[in-house]
Amino acid sequence: MTSDSPLAIELVDIWKRFPGVVANAGATLRVKKGTIHAVLGENGAGKSTLMNILSGVYRPDEGQVRINGEQHWFHSPSDALASGIGMVHQEFRLVPSFTVAENIVLGASEKIIRRSFIEKEVEQIAQQFGLAIDPTRPVWQLSMGERQRVEILKTLWRKAQILILDEPTAVLTPAEADELGKVLRKIAEDGRTVVFISHKLHEVTAFCDEATVLRGGKTVASSLKVEEVNESDLAGLMVGSSPMISERPPYQEPGEAMLTIEGLGTLDDRFLPAVKNLNLTIKSGEIVGIAGVSGNGQREMAQAIAGLRPITSGKVTISGKDLTNAPPSERFTAGLGYVPEDRLGVGLAPRLTVTENAILRCYKNLRKSIFLVSEQAVNYCKEIIERFGVRTGPIDEPIAGLSGGNLQRLLVGRELSGNPKVVLAAQPTRGLDVQGVKAIQDLLIDERTEGVAVLLISEDLDELLTLSDRLLVMHEGEIVKEFDPTTAHRHDIGAAMAGKRDES
Amino acid sequence: MNEASMIGMLSTTVSFGALLYLACIGELISEKAGVLNLGVEGMMALGAVTGFLVALNTENPWLALLVAMIVTAAFASIHGIFTVVLGAEQVVSGLSLTFLGLGLSAFFGKSAVGNPPGAILSNVDWGPLSDIPWVGPILFQQSPMVYFAIFVGLLTSFLLTRTSIGLALRGAGESASTVDTAGYSVVKIRLAAVATGGALAGAAGAYLTLSITTSWQDGATAGRGWIAVALVIFGAWKPGRAAIGALLFGGLLALKTRLQTFGVNFSPILLSMIPYLLTIGVLLIISIRARHRPSASPSEIGKVYRREER
Repeated sequence: MTSDSPLAIELVDIWKRFPGVVANAGATLRVKKGTIHAVLGENGAGKSTLMNILSGVYRPDEGQVRINGEQHWFHSPSDALASGIGMVHQEFRLVPSFTVAENIVLGASEKIIRRSFIEKEVEQIAQQFGLAIDPTRPVWQLSMGERQRVEILKTLWRKAQILILDEPTAVLTPAEADELGKVLRKIAEDGRTVVFISHKLHEVTAFCDEATVLRGGKTVASSLKVEEVNESDLAGLMVGSSPMISERPPYQEPGEAMLTIEGLGTLDDRFLPAVKNLNLTIKSGEIVGIAGVSGNGQREMAQAIAGLRPITSGKVTISGKDLTNAPPSERFTAGLGYVPEDRLGVGLAPRLTVTENAILRCYKNLRKSIFLVSEQAVNYCKEIIERFGVRTGPIDEPIAGLSGGNLQRLLVGRELSGNPKVVLAAQPTRGLDVQGVKAIQDLLIDERTEGVAVLLISEDLDELLTLSDRLLVMHEGEIVKEFDPTTAHRHDIGAAMAGKRDES
Repeated sequence: MNEASMIGMLSTTVSFGALLYLACIGELISEKAGVLNLGVEGMMALGAVTGFLVALNTENPWLALLVAMIVTAAFASIHGIFTVVLGAEQVVSGLSLTFLGLGLSAFFGKSAVGNPPGAILSNVDWGPLSDIPWVGPILFQQSPMVYFAIFVGLLTSFLLTRTSIGLALRGAGESASTVDTAGYSVVKIRLAAVATGGALAGAAGAYLTLSITTSWQDGATAGRGWIAVALVIFGAWKPGRAAIGALLFGGLLALKTRLQTFGVNFSPILLSMIPYLLTIGVLLIISIRARHRPSASPSEIGKVYRREER
């Protein structure tokens, strides 16, 4: 942990492009041997891609990978493993029907498997690092925390000197996360190097020695000493600033309450509380922005309001109508337009045609012929395309070929065509190009001007500061602070995102 | 029913059982790797006619068996390339293989219909063992293919559970991305498994014409390929359990032709349904149990694996 430790990992000026996306645009990472190094960044900042390059899953388009000072070109994960790099993926790479030992030995050079011998070896390593596990148990019987231990054991058993953990705490309970922190410290003390990918700030400050922050595929802060920075600084670095295209709309007096949320509670995918006792009122003609480090309940809140996630407590009303237990279709009819975070998959069906996607919300009302796609449906679709400037190919072809911007225009267009009273937009401009961002932002502003209540969830602080009439900060499922976007300081917002409350 | 006919029936049970077992193990290997191949009936027919024709021309039954296995392995690889490499639907491709195989075998076998065999795989002589009452004629007066089937079953069981390549093969059918990350080529494993499955189906076919019927006629396989597919499920994808199933289903096949001679008034058509009814029953049990634990069937069977998907 001394500052003169040699570098175990050097990733220099890494570029990686995927169709339509630049995942890494000159990312750099330097990690000292024997340390725990955090790689921080929002979703889509390029962390996973960078780690996949380090572990040999992807090949970089440009840039250098140096391990212990030696340049490497990995062609596959096994290449990287041979150089002592083991990765614990966010989605575990385990065969559920195999035992722990079988999973660990999978891919090893042994031709004949000596079961008891391997089980003994695994047990030994497990004890050394405090990873309690029974090597004879099938993996499907294990909890997520135990499965993660298997993944870590797998890399240790293969004598990996560098361990990469991709958002390892995402699947863990807080107690399990603390436990993991201790295990990682033991691994580092053993002289190995740990790369810890996360966007949970308190874990970074609690477990790690140094941190590198990525944003938009680039490194914005390299090898910061964790002791010397605070969570607010890190939060500020993660969200950063992007050029704003749309202008702040002029002030207008908000009207009556449209969306009212009282004491909302909902659970995440692991059935742990994600949103706790959340109160929120949005009035006609205002945009309310929700800021927060991702994973603090924003996604679950949006899904609960949209009817995609069961509400465990509280009440959701739209212009006086109680919709707490209503199915999504009823919420749409009541005036809720929903632009989900996952536009392809939840928002739009990739294999359906443009027309079919356009009428997904209202085909029941359109239906006057026995065919789903009637002349009326085609006209409805053409209206959306024209009004919202969607550039498509033939409208009777699947939407999969459309660009991100046009997909989002189609989705937003569909949701706005129902003449909503409330629009719930989750990350509506994420991953779009400049034109796309402006188009979507302008649409939201137009809706506000027409008296619609807009709830905007975004990871882009500039977007929130420009568009919102009120800005709320969410942390661990609660709203911790409200800001006036015209006067708020970024540093204060960053502090609130790190969990600093109004009263403290 | 007298003693001789009883012994005859049990002996036929073993030989039919071995035939089903060979094809079943082939299909099991393929399915364990994640590729369902419904072309067993067609592969078996092609193996049967190839073996018969080669024996007719060379009078060498072993060469005939070898060629039959190579031809069907290549034939199965059509399915492999379509489904594993090109990502085609496994059910559709497998069914096509069945019809293609049946058609090809009818076409090439036309000249051989009614011909006496060029050579046969004659029964192994076990010396004094063959003379043991009951046991001798049932177990020790069989075609070499019976012992080959037993060997293949044991070898497969060993490979699947005790070796790293077997682990990787099973992994390819359970979680292909895991096996890929572990450094294996999922495509190569699956292609090899499909080809091996084809070779064993071909061996079963050659066994049919070189040992059992010792003649070729159109449709000689008579649905036995399908029984082999059902047998994989009946055996819950385990070579050991499949062996028991093979004897059971083999017994039903043996009984079918003898019902009349035994003087039992039971429709042979109903009898030939029994394997499938039993299979449905087993499938039901597997599905019910799968609510509490992972299903016995390979969980990624039928799924195409593609890398670098985002």
